[in-house]
Amino acid sequence: MNLQSTDFELFGIPEQFVQDRAQIDMRWKELQREAHPDKFAAQGPAAQRVAMQWSVRINEAYQRLKDPLRRASYLCELYGAPINAENNTAMPADFLMQQMQWREALEEAENIDDLDKIANESKACGGEQLLKIEHALDGRKDFQAAAQQIRRLMFIERFASEVAVRIDRLEHQSHQKF
Amino acid sequence: MALLQLSEPGQTPDPHQRRVAIGIDLGTTHSLVASVRNGVAECLPDALGRLLLPSVVRYLDTGATQIGFDALAAQVDDPCNTISSAKRLMGRGVNDIGNREQMPYRFNDKPGMVTVQTVAGEKSPVEVNAEILALLRQRAEDSFDSDIYGVVITVPAYFDDAQRQATKDAARLARLNVLRLLNEPTAAAIAYGLDNASEGIYAVYDLGGGTFDISILRLSQGVFEVVATGGDSALGGDDYDRALGGWALAKAGVAADTLTPSDKAALQKTARACKEALSFAASAPFSVQLAKASVNFEMKDADFETVCAHLTQRTMAAVRQALRDASLSKEEIQGVVMVGGSTRMPQVRKAVASFFGREPLTNLNPDEVVALGAAISANQLAGNPSGADLLLLDVIPLSLGIETMGGLVERIVPRNQTIPTAMAQDFTTYRDGQTALALHVVQGERDLVADCRSLARFELRGIPPMVAGAARIRVTFTVDADGLLSVNAREQVSGVETRIDVKPSYGLSDDDIARMLQDSFSTAQDDMRSRALREAQVDADRMILATQSALAADGDLLAPDAHVQIDSLMAALAHVRASGDTTAVDAATQALARGTESFAAQRMNRGIQKALAGRNIESV
Repeated sequence: MNLQSTDFELFGIPEQFVQDRAQIDMRWKELQREAHPDKFAAQGPAAQRVAMQWSVRINEAYQRLKDPLRRASYLCELYGAPINAENNTAMPADFLMQQMQWREALEEAENIDDLDKIANESKACGGEQLLKIEHALDGRKDFQAAAQQIRRLMFIERFASEVAVRIDRLEHQSHQKF
Repeated sequence: MALLQLSEPGQTPDPHQRRVAIGIDLGTTHSLVASVRNGVAECLPDALGRLLLPSVVRYLDTGATQIGFDALAAQVDDPCNTISSAKRLMGRGVNDIGNREQMPYRFNDKPGMVTVQTVAGEKSPVEVNAEILALLRQRAEDSFDSDIYGVVITVPAYFDDAQRQATKDAARLARLNVLRLLNEPTAAAIAYGLDNASEGIYAVYDLGGGTFDISILRLSQGVFEVVATGGDSALGGDDYDRALGGWALAKAGVAADTLTPSDKAALQKTARACKEALSFAASAPFSVQLAKASVNFEMKDADFETVCAHLTQRTMAAVRQALRDASLSKEEIQGVVMVGGSTRMPQVRKAVASFFGREPLTNLNPDEVVALGAAISANQLAGNPSGADLLLLDVIPLSLGIETMGGLVERIVPRNQTIPTAMAQDFTTYRDGQTALALHVVQGERDLVADCRSLARFELRGIPPMVAGAARIRVTFTVDADGLLSVNAREQVSGVETRIDVKPSYGLSDDDIARMLQDSFSTAQDDMRSRALREAQVDADRMILATQSALAADGDLLAPDAHVQIDSLMAALAHVRASGDTTAVDAATQALARGTESFAAQRMNRGIQKALAGRNIESV
């Protein structure tokens, strides 16, 4: 066990995509209980520095493990199939068509109900995509195929976050009227 | 089981030594100091039994200062030299200060931080707050008849890097050993959570004299996990006073630009008294004699509510944002804890109750709860045995980013990320043979650099000359548990560590601090010298004690020669300690710290492994 151990080794959980979120949360707190710099406030600067490194490393692993998209990307990276999203934007035509339809719908959306509908649709689509990723990673162990599915999910999630921003803005405006 | 026990049972290195650790709530209007005594956190009173110290400092032309109640009493007569609410000026430039025309001070626009011109010269807000901290330190020293080992100082959760750094600088000036800067709502949650054995998700609504915070926390088995935080570091009770004062002037037909500095101070004082009375009555007199007019009328609570509705609404907008950031609905909040004197206002309680659909929790004194939480935390950080084994997982309140082409911000660390945290970003050169790179770090949520707060400008120097685009400079931004940023950089191809010149956009340089420390003690050189020596010796003892207990617990990790080397460093320090040479003691302490660094790393590894092993046995 050292700072270079994988996130899975560090958290002592199986190296796979499917995870129990409650267990990840619990492990995070257990590890921070041991390594947080606050535990070493009275132990001099050397211990402080090392504790800080560990604590940062544990938080980094936690951020990655708790988020399914980042966890999947990390697994692909570990198995030699990095995502490289910025250099790897080729997508099948049907997928791009669907993306364009969503974007049109988002532009035409006028109220929260319209936006909620789009949000739910993209959420459902993201859920299906996660299942495909799960099969590729944990079932077939086909990391190249998983990386391709992950890139699609990144598109979907980016779209979903744009929808969320629009919803936030509309809600904010409606509150300000009062 | 804790990873590093300070002492093994039966071999306590220093059995009588209980370290006196204090918590200080450095507030906009009031400050308090608290400590854990006989297992119970309590606020420490002054000689007259008062707990609250007004955060007011008056500078006299004799060079003397008045702090607290005396200064407060002089505010109307000597408004320009009597500085209150200095917290609102911390880490701020003159243009950042809202309502400054309503304040009676003569501001100097300084590049680092605004200063105030007084009869005793130019005063930085850091110096003003250092006076308050030093007085509270004195109060604690008197009550325990002992030196203070360390302090936890609370800051608004929404304080940015510059404001936090300024607070830490003030502590340094007051010669306090800062164990931690703790966010005020988190401190309140500690006091509240431990008192009520609470578990679940709580919101802390903290409206103080000059700042507003909302924090959403998950409490479970001694872990205080901040899920999201938000707020406004320039919104508080002061603003309610000003809104009321402004309304009263308008009602009486008095033009604001005719007010003298004394008028401004008197108006503010009257407004505050009226506001406080309205917390207990449906109406209260508003009566003030100004230089050219007198204002007298009966203020109704309903009118006061209307006048300040926009302020309360601003707090509720931040509450909604924090819930969104936490991905929680208001129904999932089990309780809302009210903190800060301004939550005594019925209109505030009403707004919070109506939003959450439940009565907020007000069973702890909103003035004291933050200081009590800080004291509990300080006691634990100092390594004193305590009943509760706390873990505080706080977040960074505002995103950190760097300036990119066209004045846009590229986000490096998003807000509400658990700290400590580090993020690395790779940069490259755009010219052949380029050996330096300029970086501008900002904090805030907006997309344009101009709309964010400038934290620092960095220059990376010593990049080995290469063709354009070949260098890969990895810059790592680290935010520690206090929410403070540090930066380091390394060129990846050559492995060269680049030097970083930090120019903080706000705040004081180390030279400024050194000068202020010098100034404050220039009249008492000997005192300063003996104090510095004593502090160096305390540091040395602390280091030796920590090393001894580390060796007792994990000495088996060391190869014989490494053990010998540490023993000899300890012996050298113990020898130099008696010499009376401050510099030599400091140097030997540093040498021991460096010499035990890899030992500390080995011990941490063992600790983590133990934790993992324990976990694996449980799960079998």
